[in-house]
This record gives sequence, C-alpha cells and structure tokens, in this order.
Amino acid sequence: MNRRLRYLVFGLGAAGLAVLFALALAGLPGFGGDSHPYRDRAVHAALAHRTANVVSSINFDQRALDTFGEELILLGSVVGAAALLRPSRRESERPAPDPEARAVPDSVVLLCTVMLPVTVLVGLDVIAHGHLTPGGGFQGGVVLATGLHLLFLGGRYPALQRIRPLAGYQFAESIGVATFATPGLAGLAAGGAFLANVLPYGQFASLASAGTVPVLSLAVGVAVGGGVVVLLAQFLEQALRYSGER
Amino acid sequence: MSTAVVVVALALVAIGGLAVVVTHDPIRQAVTLSVFGVLLAVLFLVLQAPDVALSQVAVGAAVVPLMVLLAVRTIRRDRR
Repeated sequence: MNRRLRYLVFGLGAAGLAVLFALALAGLPGFGGDSHPYRDRAVHAALAHRTANVVSSINFDQRALDTFGEELILLGSVVGAAALLRPSRRESERPAPDPEARAVPDSVVLLCTVMLPVTVLVGLDVIAHGHLTPGGGFQGGVVLATGLHLLFLGGRYPALQRIRPLAGYQFAESIGVATFATPGLAGLAAGGAFLANVLPYGQFASLASAGTVPVLSLAVGVAVGGGVVVLLAQFLEQALRYSGER
Repeated sequence: MSTAVVVVALALVAIGGLAVVVTHDPIRQAVTLSVFGVLLAVLFLVLQAPDVALSQVAVGAAVVPLMVLLAVRTIRRDRR
C-alpha cells in the first residue's frame, strides 16, 4: 500500500468519523438541562432499595454485573503487570542501598508521618460509607493503597516492605474478587438473578442498609486495595531492588 | 454563577492539559500530570460528580504519576 492510498483511506475514514461525530453532537441534549430520564429511573430504583448514594446503588446493585467485569479486568491487569515486571534472569538483585545515601528532608518525613494515619482512616471511611456518602470500594481501596506508599515517600522503603507481605495482598485481591461473586451466586439462588439484591434493605441512610451494596463495596475495597499495592510493588521492586543487564 | 464556576474549571483543565503536553522531560511530566489530575477532579466536583472526583484524585493524581516516575527511573537506570 503506497503513501497516497494510505492517505486516501485515512481521509475517507476521518471524513466519515467527522460527519457521524457532528450528527451525534447535534443530537445531544443541551448542557445541564432538566430532562434526565435515566437519572429519574436510577434514583427511583435506588430509593426502592433504600440506598442513599445513588451512584453506589448503580455500581453495586443496578449494574453490579458491570462492576464485577471491572473487578476481573483489574485482576487481569495486575496479573499481567506482575508477569511482565518479574525480574528476568539477566537482572540481579542489588545490594541494599546505603540508608544515608538518599536523605529525605525532615519536612517530608513529618508530613508523611502525619498524613499516613489520616489517609488510612479516610480510606476505611470511604469504603465503609460507600452506600451513604460519595465514595465506595474502588475509591477507598485506592486511597488505602496510596496511603501506605506514603512510607516510601517518607524514605522508609524497608518499613513499607515490612507492612507489605505481598502474599497477603495478593490473597486479599483474589479473596475480594471471590467475595464479590459469592453474594452474586446467593442472588442467583434466592432472587433468580446473578447479583440480585437479596439481603434485607434495612433503614434508609443507616450504616446497615441497602442490602448487598455495602457487602459488595467492601469486597471491591479489599480487592482494589490489594491489587493496587501488588501493582505498585512490582514497579517499586523493579525500580529499587534490581539492577539492569549485567 | 454556577456557569461561571464551570467555565473557570474547564479553563483550568485546558491549561493543565496544555502544560502536560508542552512538558518534555517525562519526570517533570509526571508532576504536571498529577496537577492536571487534581484540576480534573475539581471539574468533576463542580459538575456534581463527587464519586468520580474521588476516583480521579486517587488514581489520576497519585497512582498513575507514581507509576510513571518509577517506570522512567527504571528505564533511565538501565540505559546507563
């Protein structure tokens, strides 16, 4: 295929895309209008299941199957990254670096020490109240995993390695995904649909409400927290522990 | 009033995105990417999507720049 033909194919494709895109834009409702059919139905369905946070209701109840798919995608990408980033035979482990070699400013250490418990607490809170206030398992899990890496930022990679027995986090990730599937199968058995909301709904806006939503949110939190820790660990190991080709 | 807030947030996102594109050094780019992530989270918050804003702050402003930094560090060291 020569250059002119390639430009021709690209031009045709681009022109077609431009026409379709313009047509799609012309058919969009105006910005910030009052008519939201999907919102009305979603809010109605969320209130029927006594879920205060409608977004969580969509994620973990109305469209829980999509979230399950996303969980599996995350699991797949973490496994893939771990396989790609494993130390190859041409790499060798470096001797532990001199602790004095990389001095971190005291202000950074102080900030990390103060922020570490705060971040972990916020992460737990975001997971636990996902069905009531903005947040949920995914957001809380990422916040938790990021918070732990403040230890690395504060210059204490050995401390991070101590609180990070990787096998435990790998276990957490898989157990999280498995836990997500368990209420799903229970829903299949009791409610006739995979991931049907079969638990009692409880009282609106109380901690024990919304049926399976907080359970699934917790499962996602465990899975995402473990997954992000394992993922970042592969990058950290490559960057800090192994030296390149000999 | 609320339109003005949306316009300001959109303008900040545009400026932030431009800053990421014109930054050439990947290490510095990780920092501008992090700032851009925070600005995007502000836009989501202004558009009344606090759940998305939370995800954006955690992933776009913290995890992705950290992964970029570590990857660039590994590549540069191995090249030497």
